[in-house]
Amino acid sequence: MAEISEEIIKTSTGTTLRHEEMVINMGPQHPSTHGVLRLEVVVDGEIVIDVIPHIGYLHRCFEKHAESMTNYQQVVPYVDRMDYCAAMNMDFGYVLAVEKLLGIQVPERVEYIRVIMAELQRIASHLIAAGTYGLDIGAFTPFLYMFRERERILDLFEMTCGARLLYNYMWVGGVSHDLPPGFIDKAKDFCQYFRPKIKEYNDLLSYNEIFIKRTANVGILPKDVAISYGISGPVLRGSGVNFDLRRDDPYSIYHKFDWQPEIGKGEVGTVGDCWDRYMVRMREMEQSINIVEQALNQIPEGNIASAIPKRIRPNPGDVYVRTESARGELGFYVISDGSGKPYRIKARSPSFVNLSVIPEISRGGMIADLVAIAGSLDIVLGEVDR
Amino acid sequence: MEQILRNILDNDFFVYGIMGIVPLVWIVPYALFAIWLERKISAHMQDRLGPMRTGGWHGWSQTIADMLKLLQKEDIIPAAADKTLFNIAPYIIFVSAYAAYAVIPFSSGFIGADINVGIFYIIAVTSLAVVGILMGGWASNNKWSLLGAMRATAQIVSYEIPSVLAVLAVVMIAGTLSLQEINNLQTGWFWNWFVFQKFPFVFVAFIIYFVASLAEVNRVPFDIPEAESELVAGYVTEYSGMKFAMFMFAEFVNMFAVSAVAATLFFGGWNSPFGEFLSGPIWGVFWFLSKGMMLVSVQMWLRWTLPRLRVDQLMYVSWKVLTPWAFACVIAVGFWMML
Repeated sequence: MAEISEEIIKTSTGTTLRHEEMVINMGPQHPSTHGVLRLEVVVDGEIVIDVIPHIGYLHRCFEKHAESMTNYQQVVPYVDRMDYCAAMNMDFGYVLAVEKLLGIQVPERVEYIRVIMAELQRIASHLIAAGTYGLDIGAFTPFLYMFRERERILDLFEMTCGARLLYNYMWVGGVSHDLPPGFIDKAKDFCQYFRPKIKEYNDLLSYNEIFIKRTANVGILPKDVAISYGISGPVLRGSGVNFDLRRDDPYSIYHKFDWQPEIGKGEVGTVGDCWDRYMVRMREMEQSINIVEQALNQIPEGNIASAIPKRIRPNPGDVYVRTESARGELGFYVISDGSGKPYRIKARSPSFVNLSVIPEISRGGMIADLVAIAGSLDIVLGEVDR
Repeated sequence: MEQILRNILDNDFFVYGIMGIVPLVWIVPYALFAIWLERKISAHMQDRLGPMRTGGWHGWSQTIADMLKLLQKEDIIPAAADKTLFNIAPYIIFVSAYAAYAVIPFSSGFIGADINVGIFYIIAVTSLAVVGILMGGWASNNKWSLLGAMRATAQIVSYEIPSVLAVLAVVMIAGTLSLQEINNLQTGWFWNWFVFQKFPFVFVAFIIYFVASLAEVNRVPFDIPEAESELVAGYVTEYSGMKFAMFMFAEFVNMFAVSAVAATLFFGGWNSPFGEFLSGPIWGVFWFLSKGMMLVSVQMWLRWTLPRLRVDQLMYVSWKVLTPWAFACVIAVGFWMML
């Protein structure tokens, strides 16, 4: 608990005024904590003196559950539910870890399908991030425009695997369904349709004078602080660190595509402010579209189920696989004891680590800035608490 | 209209009673309609449909249904709240909004009270809302409400200065504070309206007045007191049921009140824009209400387009941008009149 300091202030007339700080609980039921996060905020009027995040309201014992499953495949739906805004990326990280443990090489078509799905999911997730960020700042309309576009991505997913939010689509050694007929054309249409929309959002929100005023030079996260806190993903790149696991520690077939990570340049403020973090996501959507388009053009024919093992029983050992999810470095550490179910699974969730930097960058700002900062970190509480 | 009533009734008490109720005949349907309209405008701007079911055609009776629902809701008063203040706060806010209608000229034939300090009275009486807001926020005994009330007070008090200065520019040209006389001075074609006089100074004054009035009625981009993503709902956080409806009602009544003042001061009030065409006391009501509703629609349009400012930036806009420009307008108009 934060201490409430009391001091006596002398006014100009010589009388004394009692002066004290106020503790406000922001959350767990609050419109802009993006879930059930509770921020204990010590404020002096409107100025934030200290912030203490309290987490655990959405703790679902993922790691313990994973140990009690009857096999590795049954963990996938649980992984879906960690980051419910980017379930495909979560699946991707987990199945890669188990495949590495088993030493399976999946067919090339599966690799392409996975990359297409993961990048579409990244766009969908960034759309939520940017839309709700506008909502935090007070702009309601871009939020619904972005959901309109996200809807089209979800339609593509629904067409492929029947689910719209939690897919259980990527299986160990393959995917649950092949791409349905017409998917590739529809996805190409979407890419065509989506590119100009990014400009529309930039006109409507990103370069809006008030939006810039609210986010530029707010919540500046310097490079060194970001690295020492272990920040990853768009938040790290927003601070000007050029690091993206898809390029720097390539997994799957990301090395085959022509794209580049986006970093914050501090065009309207300082490098590492809220606007940079937001803008990195907007630009990443364009890069993801590039990857999806290339993958759609190159995708080979083939059998998607040839590598799915009948029985998953890895040799004793452990493996750590990290992937770039929509929110940063998603790592799965899996230990096998040679039996049919995992001995231990530990997830390194990016939101949890990114959240830890809130107190560092929001001290001295105002309550409205705290909302802007929390929004720019783009946390998903399902993944923070697991 | 006062004269007609006096001839029929021959009793001051009833005459003033009826004169006081007449604006309600407009306000109540207007508020119900405006809430529905705002939902429809926002929905269509956002690629949605908005309410479509209640009442049949485009959900026209949605607000009426909502109002009935709110009437039936339990009236919750927080245990730690100051009961008396908590209960009277919504009515103070509503009364301050409604009292402004006493001197708003709906047409050449109808004005509640044609007092010679009309605009001065409006400015004085609408600032009473601060008392209600502070009362409600403080009596709720909720930290979010308190923060919202503090913000609202600071905001409304600050924004009164540029808005009063902008009004002053018009009053200098008109040479009167009576709203009915200001209207009479703008009779004729639309280029007689004050907004086109001493161009562009009065036009700038209008912009300043409009921006400041947005802040006074807590609309986006100045809806900081009730910023839902920061303060949950600001000073209305603890209110529910009919009391919440009163706040909502007062907000829409206020929106029209500031628009009506802007229409009267800058856009000729009940005057027809085309000289003698469709003028007269009856058509006057039509022109006046259309001008007011036009400005209300602009407020709604802004509400669903812009993000919200931060509280310190809000103060910056008031004291360092609007107030100096308003002074500049007043001085420029003054010089022009001396020439």
